[in-house]
Amino acid sequence: MKVLVCVKQVPDTNEVKIDPVKGTLIREGVPSILNPDDANALEAALALKDKDPSINISVITMGPPQASVMLRECLSMGADDAYLLSDRAFGGADTCATSTTLAAGIRKIGDVDIIFAGRQAIDGDTAQVGPQTAQRLDLPVVTYVQDVQVNGDTVTVQRQMEDGYEVIEVQTPCLLTAVKELNEPRYMSIYGIAQAYKKNITVWNHDDVNLSPEDCGLTASPTQVWRSFTPPTKGKGEMLKGSVKEMAAEVVAKLKEKHAI
Amino acid sequence: MVFTEQHELIRKLARDFAQKELTPDILDQVEETGVFPKEILNKMGKAGFFGIKIPKELGGTGADTRAYVIVMEEIARVSAVASLYVSSPNSLSGGPLQLSGTPEQLEKYLRPVVTGEKILAFALTEPGAGSDAAGMTTTAVADGDYYVLNGRKTFITMAPFSDFAIVYAKTDMTKGAKGITAFIVDMTLEGVSCGKPEHKMGLIGCGTSDIILENVRVHKSDILGEMNQGFINAMKTLDIGRIGVAAQSIGVAQAALDETIKYAKERKQFGKRIADFQGISFMIAEMATKLEAAKQLLYEAAYKKDTNQNTTMAASMAKWFASEACNEICAKAVQIHGGYGYMKEYRVERLYRDCRVFTIYEGTSQVQQMVIAGQLLKK
Amino acid sequence: MGVRVINDKCKGCTKCVKSCPFDAITMVNRLAVIGNACTGCGVCVEVCPFDAIEKTEGLASKIDIKDYKGVWVFAEQREGQLMPVVIELLGEGKKLAAEVGTELCAVLCGDQVEDLVEELYTYGADKVYLADHPELKNYRTDAYTKVIYEAITEYKPEIILLGATHIGRDLGPCLAVRCGTGLTADCTKLEIDPEDKKIKQTRPAFGGNLMATIVCPNHRPQMSTVRPGVMEKAKYEPERKGECVKLTVEFKKNDIRTKIVEIVKKATEMASLTEAEVIVSGGRGLAKPEGFELLKQLAEKLGGTVASSRACVDSGWIDHSYQVGQTGTTVKPRIYVACGISGAIQHLAGMQSSDYIIAINKNENAPIFEVADYGIVGDLYQVIPAIMEELDNIADKN
Repeated sequence: MKVLVCVKQVPDTNEVKIDPVKGTLIREGVPSILNPDDANALEAALALKDKDPSINISVITMGPPQASVMLRECLSMGADDAYLLSDRAFGGADTCATSTTLAAGIRKIGDVDIIFAGRQAIDGDTAQVGPQTAQRLDLPVVTYVQDVQVNGDTVTVQRQMEDGYEVIEVQTPCLLTAVKELNEPRYMSIYGIAQAYKKNITVWNHDDVNLSPEDCGLTASPTQVWRSFTPPTKGKGEMLKGSVKEMAAEVVAKLKEKHAI
Repeated sequence: MVFTEQHELIRKLARDFAQKELTPDILDQVEETGVFPKEILNKMGKAGFFGIKIPKELGGTGADTRAYVIVMEEIARVSAVASLYVSSPNSLSGGPLQLSGTPEQLEKYLRPVVTGEKILAFALTEPGAGSDAAGMTTTAVADGDYYVLNGRKTFITMAPFSDFAIVYAKTDMTKGAKGITAFIVDMTLEGVSCGKPEHKMGLIGCGTSDIILENVRVHKSDILGEMNQGFINAMKTLDIGRIGVAAQSIGVAQAALDETIKYAKERKQFGKRIADFQGISFMIAEMATKLEAAKQLLYEAAYKKDTNQNTTMAASMAKWFASEACNEICAKAVQIHGGYGYMKEYRVERLYRDCRVFTIYEGTSQVQQMVIAGQLLKK
Repeated sequence: MGVRVINDKCKGCTKCVKSCPFDAITMVNRLAVIGNACTGCGVCVEVCPFDAIEKTEGLASKIDIKDYKGVWVFAEQREGQLMPVVIELLGEGKKLAAEVGTELCAVLCGDQVEDLVEELYTYGADKVYLADHPELKNYRTDAYTKVIYEAITEYKPEIILLGATHIGRDLGPCLAVRCGTGLTADCTKLEIDPEDKKIKQTRPAFGGNLMATIVCPNHRPQMSTVRPGVMEKAKYEPERKGECVKLTVEFKKNDIRTKIVEIVKKATEMASLTEAEVIVSGGRGLAKPEGFELLKQLAEKLGGTVASSRACVDSGWIDHSYQVGQTGTTVKPRIYVACGISGAIQHLAGMQSSDYIIAINKNENAPIFEVADYGIVGDLYQVIPAIMEELDNIADKN
């Protein structure tokens, strides 16, 4: 069985700061990490391999050459091969164009039984690339997967809903997007890291995956960023003073005064 | 740069591990109960932290000294006591076996230590023989296929819950350092007992006690290395140990610096951040610079070790400087925190206590100076 | 779509360099050069005093966008009940339709859901496209995508709004790819450009650190998912009527590739955060999971519910359905009490439009105080009991 995991290198948005004057992102000093949901996707694949070591796990990403470090991390966790779709032509892609490129890469790899992806990436939180890639490959998709059982060609998953979950059956090949409740991603191991540097990372550009530059990146993106700005913050209110009792009385009085309670 | 991309991934692994597993709640609990959670030790074993330099064939990871330094540094940055559990199998307890063990001994004793199943203690120090290790009085007398051990080892880290101990004992009373042999002692043997756990100032969560040997019969197959060569084994082991303590020192110092920078930016006095007072900011500049110097000394020593250069002097310099710098940095961190720094609620209080032993154990600062001077003046 | 510098006109004034939100412009030999990081946002085009930067045509579309008319709302139903977000989408859709000068439609899929059609009229739908079929009883990606895609091809809406629920966020991307158009996820604000009548979709990105306004100039329909709880609910007009258009629904074998074996509802009470009037929310400062018990007591006194920051969810103290923030739920209750929450930007993104925010935190410099109407520096384990006592005092007086 062949399992593919779609991953993305993202800035750790918890560490991102905004230049208050220029309103631009301060990317300096912000670590690049394996997108958290993608780590759950990879863990799901690795858990299958734990049970059946004959399973081959590939990871694929679209990104700049520096994304290879994240692929090494995936290899260190236990993936077998890695593919990096990297090309200037892929730059500026929206989710639609990204899914075109990923799908082209996956077609080139060929014969995949299960594709795992993270539900969404923390830099955009769109949750679109997974299902869009499935559509382009004409594969059935289940998003928000919180449990996976594989039995031959049949995959039984739990799809997380706001108020519970659905148990869904789907045949391979299929694409599943993972939420963090699916599992606890394993750590790399020091031995795994050493092994990762003996494995190969295949780098492909648009020609390698049979795409013309017009089908990639900014030019193939229906949506465009018209404007970006830092969110306006609500003005600072009043800091209450006095003893705990006095502050408690004051806050209750104020809310009462405003008819909030 | 002495580190490769591979080393940086190891740093990421250790940092992620420390942040996710060694949460403030868990560390507070360790501090309160004095017990370190077994589950975390198991996870450390799985990540390969217990056999960083030990070959894959023995269950280790086959990585290098720099990898060891990185893991120690990142774990100590979050918890000094947790780093003690990493250092032990990699240096003090694994070291003697790796240096002198037979294939059978490695399989029997080292492998389970590397996987984290068993714990091994290093028993050199005695009540009357600290820095002067050669002055030990524990004896081992041959009796057929056995040696009979008698004596008392003191301040032995992890002794209360260890499965085995490397015990150094006099086999030739007429000689000093050249009359010492290393034995692997099963802690369940008749005549082995532990003193009561010491009440330590810091590094709470890793029991330390005496090991008492009363007519303990150790089979000769458990002699480690050659007869009367034990002292060399111990000294070489301490060489690795020094790099480990230096790494702990920079980890703890980094934590103290991080906490202090955060606090200095938050804390306001006289209407401004205390970071805006030169008296405070200059202290922080000094802390950071000393830390950086210590790091460079340590990384250089680790690099020398990995490239098979003589590291005796470099390791001693790193250990001495880093542990002293760490103590200064932690003291300043408490000072900048003011009254809050004296309270257990603030992290620097623990850092200050934990680091105090760094200039003492595995060779005091003064012993390191002796080693350095000895190297310089030996001709 | 991108931007291009007209070298003859560029005077090297560097205004564009300073205005670029992505640091994508540099000056080379006193000429502006657009770099890799450019997203084509067009801020520079507007600031250039010499008209030296122009927008270039990007992806040309094969369709004629003028053929597309009407605002559609995906009328998501579960077990024959409309989701609350549908009413919000109808409220927003009404405004958009009026500004564009077009009709507001709902597209409804389900099994025996005809009675919902009337309900959709009463909340402002002029027209309801109804797909009623046993296979559509519960949402399944393939089935809903096929039916709605066919309706889009036939009736050509220019805007489609979906709730950013676990269903809408599954259906939206699949539809967008089928239609060859763009989709903007989790919008918090929608507006119509008065000049070209195209939609501008604003959403948080970078974990709430940045807001991005997205356009979809050359493709139709323009699609957005909208976060529940963000838009105003539509007005209920009981007498309102509309037109129902029944869609033909046919499925061949293998059209639907997933099978729902079971639907399991959570045994614990569902955290309906978007509906709550009062939310008492806890963060890492609780220090222990039991802290939520205290919050629950306060919430009960105020007639509200408890919620959580991501930290507590990650620590396993409380279920993820209670999480407020960029990756959780967006809320705007009347009162939001933040207890022991430091106020990371990703949390603020989900709660700062609450009417009254009360922050209780030990650290006087916690960012949460920057958005709080009333800030209390203190130990929440002392402050909350004091507030509850005070509430009791008031209740006694009345």
